[in-house]
Amino acid sequence: MTEPLLSAQALVKRFGGLLATDNVSIDVMPGEIHALIGPNGAGKTTLVSQLTGNLRPDTGTIRFAGRDVTRLPLHARVRLGLARSFQITAVLRDFTALDNVALAVQAHRGHSFRFLADVRTDRSLRDPARRGLEAVGLGARADTLAATLSHGEQRQLEIAMALAGEPRLLLLDEPMAGMGPEESQRLVGLLRELKSRCGMLLIEHDMDAVFALADRITVLVYGRAVATGTPEEIRADAQVRQAYLGEGTA
Amino acid sequence: MDYLLIQMLNGVQLGLLMFLLAAGLTLTFGIMDLVNLAHGSLYMMGAYFAWTLIGWTGSFVLGALLALPATFLLGVVVEVVVARRLYARDHLAQVLATFGLILFFNELVRAVWGPEGKSIAVPAFLDHTVQILPGASYPAYRFALIVVGAAVALLLAWLVARTKLGMLIRAGASNRRMIGALGINIELLFTLVFGLGAVFAGLAGLMAAPIASVKIGMGDDILIVAFVIIVIGGIGSIKGAFVAAMIVGQIDIVGRAFLPDMLKTFMDPASASGAAPAISQVLIYVVMAAVLVWRPTGLFGQRS
Amino acid sequence: MLAALRTPRGAVTALLLLLMAALPLLTQAFDQRYLLSVGTRIVIWSIAAASLNMILGYGGLVSFGHAAFFGIGGYAVGILSANGIQSGWIQWPLALGVAILWAALIGALSLRTRGVYFIMITLAFAQLVYYLSSGLEAYGGDDGLNISRSRFGGLVDLRDKASFYWLCLILLLATLWFSSRLVHSRFGYVLRGAKSNELRMTALGFPVFRYRLAAFVIAGAFGALSGILLANDGAYVSPAMMSWVKSGDLIVIVVLGGIGALFGPLYGAITFFAVEEFLKPLLDLLHRGWGEYWQIVFGPLLVIVALYAQGGIDSLLGRRHD
Repeated sequence: MTEPLLSAQALVKRFGGLLATDNVSIDVMPGEIHALIGPNGAGKTTLVSQLTGNLRPDTGTIRFAGRDVTRLPLHARVRLGLARSFQITAVLRDFTALDNVALAVQAHRGHSFRFLADVRTDRSLRDPARRGLEAVGLGARADTLAATLSHGEQRQLEIAMALAGEPRLLLLDEPMAGMGPEESQRLVGLLRELKSRCGMLLIEHDMDAVFALADRITVLVYGRAVATGTPEEIRADAQVRQAYLGEGTA
Repeated sequence: MDYLLIQMLNGVQLGLLMFLLAAGLTLTFGIMDLVNLAHGSLYMMGAYFAWTLIGWTGSFVLGALLALPATFLLGVVVEVVVARRLYARDHLAQVLATFGLILFFNELVRAVWGPEGKSIAVPAFLDHTVQILPGASYPAYRFALIVVGAAVALLLAWLVARTKLGMLIRAGASNRRMIGALGINIELLFTLVFGLGAVFAGLAGLMAAPIASVKIGMGDDILIVAFVIIVIGGIGSIKGAFVAAMIVGQIDIVGRAFLPDMLKTFMDPASASGAAPAISQVLIYVVMAAVLVWRPTGLFGQRS
Repeated sequence: MLAALRTPRGAVTALLLLLMAALPLLTQAFDQRYLLSVGTRIVIWSIAAASLNMILGYGGLVSFGHAAFFGIGGYAVGILSANGIQSGWIQWPLALGVAILWAALIGALSLRTRGVYFIMITLAFAQLVYYLSSGLEAYGGDDGLNISRSRFGGLVDLRDKASFYWLCLILLLATLWFSSRLVHSRFGYVLRGAKSNELRMTALGFPVFRYRLAAFVIAGAFGALSGILLANDGAYVSPAMMSWVKSGDLIVIVVLGGIGALFGPLYGAITFFAVEEFLKPLLDLLHRGWGEYWQIVFGPLLVIVALYAQGGIDSLLGRRHD
């Protein structure tokens, strides 16, 4: 059996009296899409923040790619290959689409204490950036200012940026949010293609997308992981239906 | 011992004056999200209004009481003409515009009142000393400053904690839209708060006048100290402004009163008395830096 | 290169630089020595404004204490000079070194804070330097210190007004050249990215703090360079050169010229000093004696710029492409 890419063990996070993460363990295998679902306020964002390094868990350990990263800051985890796309679209609005991805590439090419050479003619940044844009279907929009891209396009750009560092694991925080059905469908197709390149932890409300993409699903309710299993198992799980899908026993 | 007590009282008195200035600043920042460099100009204008009105009326109290509504009106005009256009802008625009206001007010005062400083005499009924302990006396005017300053601080605490206006003020800091939804005229509220801050600044300026002097730019250097105070206390927090003003008042006075003697132990007397005021100023900034390193949003500031 | 001259921005800038290069000859020909000293001041202030533009314009960091570097550069030269070290080869590198150390120290502390706290802490550190210098009784205290100008052997004589002006101009061009490279470098992109969206840059893996600190130090070094020049211009240093009003003036110049625009600091400095020189006689023309109160007009002008014209003069020259 292969070792999981990401493995969080017994995470606990409290905010004052509130137990936001209650002894959660979750793992993602290489090449797997693992979806995290749960009602609003279940603590999904808090959990993801601990995995990325925005928050530090009170207790518990996080291992990534065979290393204990529990105490590593965010940017160090990114260096190891843990990328994240944001729930709120967070592209650099004053930069072109190509600049956005080029900056993401740059983040993974050593330090940026270089003061004189012009990045606009630096092919080691521009070529991979262009390929990245094409991979998400934005090749024609390279020189458009990110602020003027449509919502769906900004999401695609986000994913291109997340992929630019050739991450081993991609954390996708509600990538379908605010998308129309057509845009969602396109994104589902895109993510399925990308699956061969890296593992993904997908946080998503769109159940059609989750059941279409996920290899495994974990259900989070009130900070606790109440179930983990294949989509079929989750669909059949009575506890999940009751606690989360809101179906009565009758 | 008496000397120490008197110096500490001076520190309290300075701290209360600084608190009056800082309170308006922290309210406008906390509620309207405005960095108002021109707050010191309102302090100056309060003093100049008082000088003129005391001259007309021949009475310190009457002149001072008339200067307050005058400063309030000026505050309202500044709010309506300039400040309200700045609330939604970035800090850079606010710094630039209110810096322009400082230049304007300093020059206006020079044109209207002339370049020389003015002095306001201590009113006769306070021009004596009071016995605070056997063998220790204290100027009555300074004592009155402490009383008035403390009264205003209490009034402000009551206003913010207990009244509807205070509730709106506290809500405004955290939830602008909610106030709008309650059907309250938010523009009017902001104008009132700005005017209130102007009154406090003007009051501080006119009360300081008999012990300092009334001059152009008098509000500028003291404004920076007021900013230091609200930064130490945590922006938007009245309680923080009060605590920080007390700390800064004590540092300043203790530095002025005791540093020269301490420095003389290893410096020649002339250099020591020259360096002491500078060092006590420096101490204030060192305290601020230390607080911000420890808590980047001040003692009572909300963590982001 | 030549294509750039056809745009209004390129043409205006080229003309301006030509005029500036020839200024000492022109002022001599028309016997207007006073204008040369105004020109020197403009050039030195442009260097200071350009250094502030690196952090304010590209980094979005509103430092309200940049004039402290005037003082640090100036006083380093002044104190060395007062102690008998006149060589510029020793004075200047030492002055820059001190400024770099100071910038690294206060940058490391200030950059922990955000927003208005950053504005205030930079202001407070500048005040700290201001009061420290006014407490230096051995070096003139509040009154300041007369110094003799830095010596560079036979290479250049700073006492000669024209040579000094040209030296300042060369240093300004070097500063602007560095600035122009910086914007489009990897470093500049990180700095500008952090201004646009700090959280996103961190999530991409950039330790934003380190890059900002480096920018702060670079800006401090160029700021100190302008301080060194200012001290040599008047052969005099005093606490007044780093009063907080000077820090405000520097922000005004940067915004007036156009935030983040390469030549913005130069346009801004020219406008700033020209307004003073022209507004006075203009007001006097309206009514004798009004000229003295020119800031009554200048103050509201700043309010208007802040409210309605944040692109500054640079935006009058058409859209920028970068």
